[in-house]
Amino acid sequence: MTTPSPLLRFDGVICRFGEVTAVGAVGAGVTCDLVPGSFVALVGASGSGKSTLLKTVNTLVAPSEGRVLFAGEDVAGLKPAHLRRRVGYVFQGIGLFPHFSVAENIAIGPRLAGEKLAPQRIAELLALVELDPAYATRMPDELSGGQRQRVGVARALAGGPELLLMDEPFGALDPVTRDALGRKVRELHDALRLTTVMVTHDMAEALLLADRVLVMDKGQLVADESPRALLAGAGGPVAQRLVAVPRHQAERLAAMEAQG
Amino acid sequence: MQDIWDILPGLGDKLAAHVVLSASAIGLAMLIALPMAVWASRSAIVSRLALSLASLVQTIPALALLALFFPLLLSLRTVFGEGLPTLGFLPALMALTLYALLPILRNAVTAQANLDEGVLEAADGVGMTKWQKLYLVEAPLSAPFIMAGIRTASVWTIGAATLATTIGQPSLGDPIFAGLQTQNWALVLAGCVASAGLALAADNLLWVIEVGLAKRSRWMTFGGMAVVGLGILAALWAQSAGSDERRIVIASKQFSEQYILAQLIGARLEAAGYAVEYRDGLGSAVVHSAVASSSIDISVDYTGTIWTNYLKRADNPGREAMYETIRDWEWRQNGVKVLGRLGFENAYAFAMRSDRAKELGVTSLTDLVGKAPNLTVGGDPEFFERPEWLAVRDAYGLRFGQSRNFAPTFMYNALASGEADVISAYTSDGRIAADRLVVLADPKGALPSYDALLMLSPRIADNKGVIAALEPLLGAISVEAMREANLAVDREDAKKLTPKAAAAELAAKIGL
Repeated sequence: MTTPSPLLRFDGVICRFGEVTAVGAVGAGVTCDLVPGSFVALVGASGSGKSTLLKTVNTLVAPSEGRVLFAGEDVAGLKPAHLRRRVGYVFQGIGLFPHFSVAENIAIGPRLAGEKLAPQRIAELLALVELDPAYATRMPDELSGGQRQRVGVARALAGGPELLLMDEPFGALDPVTRDALGRKVRELHDALRLTTVMVTHDMAEALLLADRVLVMDKGQLVADESPRALLAGAGGPVAQRLVAVPRHQAERLAAMEAQG
Repeated sequence: MQDIWDILPGLGDKLAAHVVLSASAIGLAMLIALPMAVWASRSAIVSRLALSLASLVQTIPALALLALFFPLLLSLRTVFGEGLPTLGFLPALMALTLYALLPILRNAVTAQANLDEGVLEAADGVGMTKWQKLYLVEAPLSAPFIMAGIRTASVWTIGAATLATTIGQPSLGDPIFAGLQTQNWALVLAGCVASAGLALAADNLLWVIEVGLAKRSRWMTFGGMAVVGLGILAALWAQSAGSDERRIVIASKQFSEQYILAQLIGARLEAAGYAVEYRDGLGSAVVHSAVASSSIDISVDYTGTIWTNYLKRADNPGREAMYETIRDWEWRQNGVKVLGRLGFENAYAFAMRSDRAKELGVTSLTDLVGKAPNLTVGGDPEFFERPEWLAVRDAYGLRFGQSRNFAPTFMYNALASGEADVISAYTSDGRIAADRLVVLADPKGALPSYDALLMLSPRIADNKGVIAALEPLLGAISVEAMREANLAVDREDAKKLTPKAAAAELAAKIGL
């Protein structure tokens, strides 16, 4: 059996900002392959470098050393505008354009490529994220936080991307909305055969949604396991500390239930 | 006394000139400030530098800023040639543009700095290029704030544009300055009402555009823009109508006699079939260079002024020799034709209230020397910088206790109220007789003579028709006739006349 060629390859990536090294270390850049169709969670504490690593993919951050290959090509050699149309991007700040309607926000990527999205396609995209097509004409400030991030996801999917990058996508949402939207994204990932990289500091979210979990600590990858393996105790002390949090919470909740 | 409602309808051409000047200055300021703000948003150094420079400009009084462009443009003539205008629209436009930069720049820079980080990240994330980000996201989101800056700039500029009068650019300042000089308050008020009205109208229209941009109402935005555009077009049209041929431009400095003589000259030229235009209320230094450069065609200047300021002479060869020397010098040096003398002198002289002079026992400048340390001398704003004052001071060793500046028309009030004991009066001034003032003798001959000269610019120096129309004025105006006309304009009772009416009366008196 041959392993499929990777869609995304980090090759010795180091990111320095002045004196601070956010990703990698001297002589030891981050190296890792992601195969097509995988749902990868990038987990770590604040400042571990996970967001920075993610942003090297759509060149919002340029690595100081090393390369990022997307479908075999160095992203530094691709036109940023072209690259970002093939890579959907959803982030905590959402960043809907306040002066565009929902429909205009969703259609912006294709519009930049000189393509006009039909109202039917907008309705389809809204349906994918479970919003009524009537929302198309609303302005962002008329929507709730959850609805806005649904539009954010629809915007990221509008160009038919090969890769979906998500940076703490549900960080600002209430738990109920967060849970619903997480599941929806996993569903879309499967239905649209996407490759997804999601940055999160919430290990429970990573374990429940992803099929591969990368743990970062001080700029380095310290664990690369399946959710099952992590739950079985693999991945080393940093990963296990992160896994311990939701596990203890679940145990305490179960104990409370048992006491009745 | 004229009524303000009679004056306002006649200000149409000044209003048009004011609108065109202000709109051009704001338009040019936008063209400079907006790209600069974009650059500033990408570089902290540029941002700090641009804002400091714009603030620095703001600390210069508008009047001084306007005046500074005259010598600047004059020196630039060595680069751009003699065709470069030094007066009127160009320097006014440059000064007002500089003045309008700050509010536009500051609001644009602040608006850019306050844009939501998330929105900017999203713009990059969806693949916008720098330009797409600028015009699709940054510009529309900053637009309401930038518009607020443009509003502020417009109100400032429309107000400051009234000062353009002093450098020979017609504006709503013309009635204000003319009214201030001749104490015609209705004229001052009319100018103020018109320019304030214009500022308010502009402010409200731009507010509609600002709200339109903020609420994303195309109707308000484009409606407001259309009305502003129509207003500017109407002003342009009004300005261009009927001014194909260049008119003969007559200058006047900032005192009543000059306004009257300009009207007198204008009336004669109009009677001879010429189209004339007045540039009233110019600074004294500006007038002389403006005639030499043909920016202005006719002025009345004085031998003493030219002798000390332009020939830089401190000696006093006597009235005739001084006139001959000046006439030759103007022709050789500047190509300006001194057509001749009008007949009267408007010399500097020191005047006192007769009761005060008697009390102190003063009849000449020599008598004044011992008393001066306890006295206050009043002069017009330029007097204490003038060589005449330095000459008198040094010839007699005069040292006054205090010296104060007054606008020429207020100097006499200061003398009457005792705020000044001695003033630098003018010999043709009607108020010397009206207020029964004592003119102090000048036994050392320190003050030069001030024959009024009719000056023609190089452009019309050989124009036979103009010369024929003006020759009857030469030697025709006695100092008594001039004093009477000046008094008629300066007085504040029911017999007060406008400069135009006083000029007509003067013409009748001298048989023209």
